[in-house]
Amino acid sequence: MQDTVNQKTKYRAPSILSRLREDPQSQGLALISPTFLYLMIFMILPMVLVVILSLLTRGPYGNVVYRLNLSNYTRLIDPLYLRILWFSLWTAGLTTILSVLIGYPLAYYIARSPRNQRSLLLFLILVPFWTNFIIRIYAWIMILRTEGLLNTFLINLGVIKVPLDILYTPTAVLIGMVYEFLPFMVLPLYTSLEKIENAQLEAAADLGAPPWKVFLRVTFPLSVPGMIAGSILVFIPAMGMFVVPDLMGGAKTILVGNLIRNQFLVARDWPFGASASMLLLLLTLAVTLLYTRKAGFGEELLV
Amino acid sequence: MSEKKPSLGLRLYAILAYAYIYLPIILLVIFSFNSQKLNVRWEGFTLHWYGELFRDQDVLLATRNTLIVAFVSTLLSTIIGTLAALALQRYRFPGYTISESILYIPVIIPEVVMGISLLVFFAMINFRLGLTTITLSHIAFNIPFVTLVVRARLHGFDKSIEEAAMDLGANWLITFWRVTLPTIMPGVLAGALLAFTLSLDDYVITYFTAGPGSTTLPLRVFSMVRFAVTPEVNALSALWILTVFIVLGMGQILQRKQT
Repeated sequence: MQDTVNQKTKYRAPSILSRLREDPQSQGLALISPTFLYLMIFMILPMVLVVILSLLTRGPYGNVVYRLNLSNYTRLIDPLYLRILWFSLWTAGLTTILSVLIGYPLAYYIARSPRNQRSLLLFLILVPFWTNFIIRIYAWIMILRTEGLLNTFLINLGVIKVPLDILYTPTAVLIGMVYEFLPFMVLPLYTSLEKIENAQLEAAADLGAPPWKVFLRVTFPLSVPGMIAGSILVFIPAMGMFVVPDLMGGAKTILVGNLIRNQFLVARDWPFGASASMLLLLLTLAVTLLYTRKAGFGEELLV
Repeated sequence: MSEKKPSLGLRLYAILAYAYIYLPIILLVIFSFNSQKLNVRWEGFTLHWYGELFRDQDVLLATRNTLIVAFVSTLLSTIIGTLAALALQRYRFPGYTISESILYIPVIIPEVVMGISLLVFFAMINFRLGLTTITLSHIAFNIPFVTLVVRARLHGFDKSIEEAAMDLGANWLITFWRVTLPTIMPGVLAGALLAFTLSLDDYVITYFTAGPGSTTLPLRVFSMVRFAVTPEVNALSALWILTVFIVLGMGQILQRKQT
């Protein structure tokens, strides 16, 4: 009897440590567990709480009453909120399209530049991106406002007599958003353009294709994965953006992001804000899935 | 793609595009030296606004808060994220796919959703909003980015060096400290640099998790911008840009030394 107990303790005591030393599976688990636990507590659990919250009811004093129902979601069908939703989709979509139009030739230019200059050219795109994004918005406010630099410049040139009202309009929001997110588009586009083998382009040219046809039939299709990755990286943050409309859009420009923020911090209707967040999340996930299904991509997203 | 002299049109376009990217920031810096308070047109050179900035108690407090959050969250997220990168790149274990997908969440959910989730979470467990909640949240969004960067670095890592060290009698701790860590150090530093700048820059998540007295610099800049367009904001922006340049430059030098 005494013997077996001793054997047991002898065997068990070093077990965890020795397993860690010998068994790679336990080593992997030990290394991943801090991240896993941390993100479970500070990312997954909070999102689960929002899902539950979206099914509860707002109390009379802005508190939360634990009564399950779907009214927060049915409220979203109101034309007022549908218009906000549509306007957000429109703004985010247009931001994405404009980023492609402005970013594509730029990415193409960098991919075509001498090899030793490419990383510098790319770095120059990124530098403004490392400065604070509110500062970048502020720079545009300085330029666009009624008594701002653009209007002063145009009036002094004699191009216009009356200052243009650009700031505090949806156009200003678009200008701000495109400026903010352009690097997200250029980077993945560059990655996929840079990877194109020269042999492919030469083959097409040798077979008699004029340059525009080479571009249309070879270069462009091969750059689609980069364009998809870039579009996702631009569309998602543009969809949830509330800072640019806050500072540049005036009172009339309300996007889903503003709606959510207002429900949580101004109207204090947390359950309704939670359901709007869920809708935003579903929309962005749906768009992402739709986009990624169209073309296989992976590493472009990770640059 | 090989180099082929870009056409004149494309080169002109590139010049315009870079002007578009840089002009707003250059104008911003120039007008930080403007003596006119309304900041409408150029009046004359002054350093007045920089002096004003250093007397602004709110800005100084916000700077202190920002640095505390950035340092603590960078340190912790770099350690945790590097361990995860090692796990994912080297080992197979139950829950591998789930762990990998969780790390993509911050890339594919809008920031505002993450912000309100954390607000709801802290409110439900009755945690007072302040520097602690901001830091905890920053660690959460930084871990995935650190892991991503370090993993990319581990990709080409030759495992046989480690095995050689083990064969020569080093235990795993010594092997990690003397062989693995020095090899992946450039990746770890790059990850830490990214985490630091992300934390320094963050407005949305900080906005939802900040409490009274824990205003950070982006929050402060936001309320200044909202209130008025004064050269003081320009001065603050210019100093910020300068700081980012210095940090980026240091990063470049460090990376060059390592390779």
